[in-house]
Formats: sequence, C-alpha cells, structure tokens
Amino acid sequence: MSHEHETDPRAIRAEALETLLTEQGLVTPEAIDGILRHYEQDVGPMNGARVVARAWTDPAYRERLLADGYSAIAELGFGGPQGEHLVVVENTPQVHNVVVCTLCSCYPWPVLGLPPAWYKDPSYRSRIVREPRKVLSEFGLELPEEVEVRVWDSSAEIRYMVLPEQPASLAGLGEEELAAHIDRDAMIGVAKVGP
Amino acid sequence: MSEGGAAKGAEQVLPQDGPGAPPRSNGELVFAEPWESRIFGITLALHGQDRFEWPEFQARLIEAIARHEAEIGEGEYQYYACWLEAFRSLATDKGWLDAKALAQLESELADRPAGHDH
Repeated sequence: MSHEHETDPRAIRAEALETLLTEQGLVTPEAIDGILRHYEQDVGPMNGARVVARAWTDPAYRERLLADGYSAIAELGFGGPQGEHLVVVENTPQVHNVVVCTLCSCYPWPVLGLPPAWYKDPSYRSRIVREPRKVLSEFGLELPEEVEVRVWDSSAEIRYMVLPEQPASLAGLGEEELAAHIDRDAMIGVAKVGP
Repeated sequence: MSEGGAAKGAEQVLPQDGPGAPPRSNGELVFAEPWESRIFGITLALHGQDRFEWPEFQARLIEAIARHEAEIGEGEYQYYACWLEAFRSLATDKGWLDAKALAQLESELADRPAGHDH
C-alpha cells in the first residue's frame, strides 16, 4: 500500500512505541484493534442509560447501585477499567450533582464510554469547580437558587456517575423506552433528562 | 432578554465546533488522529496484562497535563499528547523497551522519505 508517512512527531512516537512493544512480544496489533473495537462498539453511554433506566424502575436495584456502583453495574454485565471504584450520586429536587476530573479527565468508562472533548478541556475542568452554576447555565441548564450544586472531582481511583431524576413526563415507561431518553450529559450532570 | 442568554454563554466557555465543542448528542469521535487511538489501545493492552497499576500511569498523566497546560497559553489543548508522554515515560521506566532503541527508531521514522511504497 502506498501512503504518506506521518511527519507529526507524536504520530511517530506512537508508531515507534507500538513497533518496539510488538517486537518485544508485549502487544500485538490485533489485540490493540480488538480493544479499540470494544470501545467503539460495546462501551458507551448506552450502558449507563440502561443502568439508570433499571434504577428508575427497580427500587431495590437503585439502592444497590447507590451503595456499591461497581457490583450493581456488574449485574447488568458492565465492568472493566475505570469502573472498579464507581460511585453513583443521585440527583433530587434539592441536590444537583455534576462530575469532573480536574487533574486528568478520569471518567467512568464502563458506563459512559470515553469522555467527550469538552470534559477533558482545561476550561471545563477548572471552571466547573469554581463557578458551577455559571458553567451549567452555559450548557443550558438553569438551576433554581434553592437547589444545592455538588461537584464531584474524581480523585485517586474513584469514578463518579450521576443518577439523574426521572422526569414526570416519562412516568410509566418500560426500561428500554426509558433508556432511549437518557443521554450522556445527564449522567455527567451538565444536563437533565429531557421529556 | 437581549441576544445571548445561554447560547452566547456557551460560546464563552467552550468553542462551538472543533475539538473543544460541547457535543449535544451521545455520538462523538473521541480520537482526533489514528495515533491517539493506537496509544490508547497500547496502554489498555498492557494494563489488561496487569503490567502496571493504573495510578502509576495516572500520576504521570497528571504531571504531563500540568506541564502542558502551563506551556500552551492560548494554544490548543492536546489531551492525547499528554497521554502519549505519560505512557512513554512509563514504558521506559518499566523497562518494557530500551529508551535508546526508542529514540533511534523515532529518528529513523522521522527521516523516512514521504510517500514510500510498501
């Protein structure tokens, strides 16, 4: 095959690392492809949406989820790196939670997939801690004064996910129908679940 | 209300397009360049073999991000460049590869003629 060689020094560094680690027998290109396929196809916010939908429809599951996130998502078949110390924080009419990782963009991969660019951006990481209400309003989420905003900064190995409130308009729907309404931003806490 | 409101505010915090843009749906390309996905995959492959504890990598990533943020000024934030730097330091510190051999191969790859057939 003919193609232009990479001249980006970062692409070259990555290629050199893969080449030498492959020569050492530590990785294979196929294994790396498999991991990437897994993250492209099997891991994403649709997993978290199923978790939230289950919690909304099954009070006992909701209790287990809030008590031990890792074990509760494992019940639905989810797990893997960055999910081992999952803490699920629940939104209520009085409390709104939002998640950040100020130092390195940690994120609960098994339930949300890989983080969007804005989550990694220095301005989100610094500002959501300093002026959460303002940043949330810039995302289009205006919260009443009386609602307490809690910002959860992932540290060490803890990863956070928000359990959003179920809108009254979605009352009575089944788990699958509910899951279709739950998107990533609501599980990070920069949005509410829409009707 | 004057023009602006929430939408205008969002422009102030994050760009509306490009890599820093806030996505409005669940679908998003998380890797901007192929090398970003390769280094991510390599890191996870070795972690999956229990060759390192995640905090060993995380500590290097935090340092690399702090250095990068101190340097970029108004420039574009490059998360995976930090990831690459963190992994490179982990790989040589762990002895998975020889730092000299790595530097030599990088130099050879950089000197390749463009458009080579293979």
